[in-house]
Amino acid sequence: MNKMNFKEIALNNFLEFERNLNGEKDLPIHSFRKKSFEYFNTLDLPTIKNEEWKYTNVSFLNNEYFKISNQKLDFSFDHIQKFLFDNLEHSLITLVNGFFNKNLSKLLDIPKGVEIISLAEALKLNHPIVEKYLGKISDNKDNFFTSLNTSFINDGVFIYIPDGKIIEDPIHIIFYQNSIQENNLVQPRNLFFIGKNSQVSIIEHYVSDTDTKYFTNSVTEIFVDENGILDHIRLQEESLQAVHIGRMDVNQERYSNFSSHLISTGAKFSRNEFNTRFIGQGGESTLNGLFMIDGEQLFDAHTLIDHAQPNCNSHEHYKGILQGNSRGVFNGKVMVRPDAQKTNAFQENNTILLSESATMNSKPQLEIFADDVKCSHGATVGKLNEEAMFYLKTRGIGQEAATAMLIHAFASDVITSIKIEALRDYLEKIITRKFN
Amino acid sequence: MLLEIKNLHASINGNEILKGIDLKVDFGEVHAIMGPNGSGKSTLASILAGREDYEITEGEIWYNGKNLLELAPEDRAREGLFLAFQYPVEIPGVSNTNLLKTAVNEIRKYRGEEELDAIEFLQLLKEKSKLVNLDEKFLSRSVNEGFSGGEKKRNEIFQMAVLNPKLAILDETDSGLDIDALRIVANGVNTLRSNENAIVVVTHYQRLLNYIIPDYVHVLYQGKIVKSGSKELALELEEKGYDWIKNQTEEVSA
Repeated sequence: MNKMNFKEIALNNFLEFERNLNGEKDLPIHSFRKKSFEYFNTLDLPTIKNEEWKYTNVSFLNNEYFKISNQKLDFSFDHIQKFLFDNLEHSLITLVNGFFNKNLSKLLDIPKGVEIISLAEALKLNHPIVEKYLGKISDNKDNFFTSLNTSFINDGVFIYIPDGKIIEDPIHIIFYQNSIQENNLVQPRNLFFIGKNSQVSIIEHYVSDTDTKYFTNSVTEIFVDENGILDHIRLQEESLQAVHIGRMDVNQERYSNFSSHLISTGAKFSRNEFNTRFIGQGGESTLNGLFMIDGEQLFDAHTLIDHAQPNCNSHEHYKGILQGNSRGVFNGKVMVRPDAQKTNAFQENNTILLSESATMNSKPQLEIFADDVKCSHGATVGKLNEEAMFYLKTRGIGQEAATAMLIHAFASDVITSIKIEALRDYLEKIITRKFN
Repeated sequence: MLLEIKNLHASINGNEILKGIDLKVDFGEVHAIMGPNGSGKSTLASILAGREDYEITEGEIWYNGKNLLELAPEDRAREGLFLAFQYPVEIPGVSNTNLLKTAVNEIRKYRGEEELDAIEFLQLLKEKSKLVNLDEKFLSRSVNEGFSGGEKKRNEIFQMAVLNPKLAILDETDSGLDIDALRIVANGVNTLRSNENAIVVVTHYQRLLNYIIPDYVHVLYQGKIVKSGSKELALELEEKGYDWIKNQTEEVSA
């Protein structure tokens, strides 16, 4: 077989995808996919000459034959069990290799009118919310990987919370990857709509219990309507051979409150593009992150907080702990548009390098076009505090235990800002496993 | 003999700070090391605790039958050596309880003892916190973060009480304390004083020694112990000032 590049492989994948669609080719969604694929073909795999990809080289994708699969596998609950949070009585949705799996999902105490279904089902129903928002919040424009995802839209999670509904228990979505097919390409597409005065917590949890190579390219679109509250957590524990590209876009109506936590430890290569947009006044947005990488791992966080409206507040705090030869990238842009008076925007990025050969590229960007605003940003890259280390040692605490304590301490402000206690405990255990 | 320092010379960045220290401390004794600023008092305390910024160019330190300079800082602590810091370090995100629990269990593990269970440990903390009037709510707060100067020093003595060292070195524990805090700290130290341990008090001022009565007083000047005596020496120093020592030393060397 001649060596094909990533785009040629994508074409092969698309043709096979179409063959497997059978009767569904005539649904309106398919012309949407085809249009997207045409657009995808006008784009090229980004290179490091592209400012947005300056520190993150994806040329390796041209050497990999990633392949979509329509195989729906079933697994026993044992495979999922270890990714649950102890004592958390929550609704659980499981997708296996990108496909919604009913047997591994259960919904608890869902108020009337709330819909939590697979995107495939929502597409079949021609759900009006899907028609209105899908592909509109995360648009394809200039985005190679989003266009790729949109071209293959097939399954994922659709959550619709009508106005005035409070969902007490978090909704835990597990994206479980375990494929017999090597180099499996998995592209979940999610759409969450939070109605006026409604409130919910959603956890997107990407996991694998294999050490195989696969490619997750996920896109999540979120709309938070007036005065709605969404607490969103994304926890990435993919296989250490995996490629993970995740995009999330959020449109925030007035007085809405969106909070995001990205906790990332997995994948050999991970790129996260999070964009929040204030489309009404008085909104509040929090973007927190914690990444812990080692060996040859690369983690990249690209965020954009778009203050397009006045009187909005945003807080962003990303923290990284790097070991081995790992590389971290943080590119956080805060855009304050001319109308966005009385904006408060705070951004910070702190990284600890535990080895000499780990590297971090941190690039905070503030673009301010309004004059009555409060904005700040800062970035630090350093080692663990040596004075604190010595102090702990003089109390009889050895190098390893002292390092673990200081890492827990470093991570603690991101962890403690997560409201779900069982999830905090789960994260503390991840840190303990990694550093004790 | 618990501690024996023989002809200790130490430098930092090529500057010799300690120029031949000899000191013997036995169980049950309290020694005060006094001296003007820059005489090397804190350097000595730091070297005993294992700070690595200093180069030992000559001399030996023997601690309870072991060559102290060959022990890592954590092993010194596990062998029963404790330094109360002049400037206790703030560690946001690590609670006092967590620090002490880890410390106690690491020390017990080193000694081949069972870890304390949660209830025993909490009882120990409660009992010892009373010794320095430390409110229990301090236990869940981050180590020294946002503590006042006095609270930090009381916290050092509290840690000492929990870890129950054989040799405690108090580095300027009195500096910056008002008289009430000074009394609390001194009272804590006196309660811990026994025939099974020894205390080295490093201080610039005589004031603390009104409350912690030393058996021996040493005057450190320009990196050497230039005078040793009983507790009366501290009073004499207070009265005559450090210039008295400086003049005497210069006369000798002239």
